[in-house]
Amino acid sequence: MTLVTKYFNCNILREGKIVAEDLWVDNGQIANPEVIFYDKKKNPDIEIDCLGSLIIPGLIDLQINGAFGIDFTHDSGEGLEVVRKGLLQYGVTAFCPTIVSTTSLNYRKILPKLKRCHGSQQGAAILGAHVEGPFISNLKLGAHNMSNIKTLEDNNLFNTYGSLENIGIVTLAPELDGSMEAIKILSNKGIVVSLGHTSTNMETSLQAIQNGASFITHLFNAMVPFHHREPGLLGLITCLPSDEKPIFFGIIADGTHTHPAALKIAHSVNPKGLVLVTDAISAIGLPDGIHHLGDEQIEVKNSKAYIANTNTLCGSMTFLDECMRYFISSTNCSIVEAIEAVTLHPAQVLGIQHCKGTLNYGADADFVLLGTKLNVQSTWINGKCVFEHKNKPGYIMKKTT
Amino acid sequence: MRLIIMNDADKVSEWAAKYIVKRIKDFNPGPDRYFVLGLPTGGTPLGMYKYLKNYYTSGQVSFKYVKTFNMDEYVGIPRDHVESYHYYMLTNFFTHVDINPRNTHILDGNAADLQAECLRYEQQIKEAGGVHLFVGGIGPDGHIAFNEPGSSLASRTRVKTLASETLEANARFFDNDVNKVPKQALTVGVGTIMDAETVMILTTGSHKAFALHKAIEEGVNHMWTVSAFQQHPKTIIVCDEDATMELKVKTVKYFKALGATHEKLIEDD
Repeated sequence: MTLVTKYFNCNILREGKIVAEDLWVDNGQIANPEVIFYDKKKNPDIEIDCLGSLIIPGLIDLQINGAFGIDFTHDSGEGLEVVRKGLLQYGVTAFCPTIVSTTSLNYRKILPKLKRCHGSQQGAAILGAHVEGPFISNLKLGAHNMSNIKTLEDNNLFNTYGSLENIGIVTLAPELDGSMEAIKILSNKGIVVSLGHTSTNMETSLQAIQNGASFITHLFNAMVPFHHREPGLLGLITCLPSDEKPIFFGIIADGTHTHPAALKIAHSVNPKGLVLVTDAISAIGLPDGIHHLGDEQIEVKNSKAYIANTNTLCGSMTFLDECMRYFISSTNCSIVEAIEAVTLHPAQVLGIQHCKGTLNYGADADFVLLGTKLNVQSTWINGKCVFEHKNKPGYIMKKTT
Repeated sequence: MRLIIMNDADKVSEWAAKYIVKRIKDFNPGPDRYFVLGLPTGGTPLGMYKYLKNYYTSGQVSFKYVKTFNMDEYVGIPRDHVESYHYYMLTNFFTHVDINPRNTHILDGNAADLQAECLRYEQQIKEAGGVHLFVGGIGPDGHIAFNEPGSSLASRTRVKTLASETLEANARFFDNDVNKVPKQALTVGVGTIMDAETVMILTTGSHKAFALHKAIEEGVNHMWTVSAFQQHPKTIIVCDEDATMELKVKTVKYFKALGATHEKLIEDD
């Protein structure tokens, strides 16, 4: 028999509103108190006083290259656990470990280790790998290594990645020959196709959407700048989620990669499709110095990351909870909009909004207790506390009989 | 009859909640001795439930050995509908206190056999040993529970078809669509409430003033069903100043003069 827990004295995000309601958890899932009370005829076994905290769904990061010195593209396997565990303190309960363009040999070595897994005390859930490249434009490499870039010739998709099994998202450039066929194959397999690192025009982008692509990788970065007669990939954000083919777009709100004005534009045009991603690199959480991203040497200076000896930015150094707060302060959007951009929307991208990204009845009880400054006080997965701030966990446990 | 006149609706809620707490504590309930409480829904008692929740949270009262019986429920709307009385009781009271779900009773408006459900409810009240304190409200037309004008003053728990006026008045809770308002309800009868040891009726606001006048200053009349409680040995009506607008000055003065006595009803020993 499972223990029913009631979280009270809290505000919760439910159905797009912050409401003063209790949160009930039964069997690791958000429970309907109506069913617990009238059908199961149970009182809560545990009551938790949340001291006025705001409870939001666990954060989901769809694009993170590594952290704490671990680079997923070059990790031998053990490092993944370090990142899974480490992300909990930032309220992240699920993520897509992201690997940049690399060699076929390396994909076959790395991808099998990035198995999907549930979240637990051990760390955040893995929702599938995000493979960014290698089928991208050699004109929009960003920090990717030119020598790893590939074309989509016959069967190159399978020959390159080896197996698609652990892949959740593929970022590719839709202007490459064979890309439409690849988009169809991938989306038919339930893999999210994201458009990015591309010089595509809007027409080709729309065609990619028609073929099953549904996401845009780090909007504004590694794509053609907006032109009013040829809006390019950026034009896609005018396709609203209410349209037949909803489109979501990732955006890096770290104060460096995207100007606040650009954040405001994206938010104004399509707040429901906006997904905050960190695009964080291995050096996040590490001091200044030289580190690895893909096959490149990168240099951290003043908490910003550059390709060594250049001024090319190559990844963010800002965790997702901070991105959420920065997004609010830079766009003046509502708290709810910012929260949904790190919870509901990324879950929708992956099509898992029935169990992640919301506090609806039946969803996994993955959530975060935030303080008044939207600071992470404690993180919970399947109704179990997996991280708590040592001084201010934001709750007091009250056992009941 | 006692008429307790408080300054405003909040004071009415507070007084009512304190009275309930006092009665429970005086009764000193235990595993073999349950206090049986009849409960209303609607806008008027909301404040009372808030006070009860606070008194529970601050440790002044426990509902562990309290059984509750609700007055009424709509027929044919889902139990989790925001306008159902199941939902009201759950969100406004039950889940905030330590009451055992097995000790709460609300008529099932989705029962296959509604008549049988009503009989069963009467039986359950009987088995609980009767209601010690039944709390209710007054509708602007003088109804108590869903005992609308013309209901028998000897009525028991039964299915009631709602008057078209009631349907229209309730449409605001159902997307302003009168067709969505349930046409029937299950309700305890006037007689069922009359059987309670004590009946406490809350009424606030000037729109209830005429009903209060009819309830206490004129004769017993089934067109104003709440007037039946003139014949109940222990009725307490708690109202605010606004609700006294249609009462005689003499009536108001008489009961206000008893204020000190009334305060004793809720004082700690």
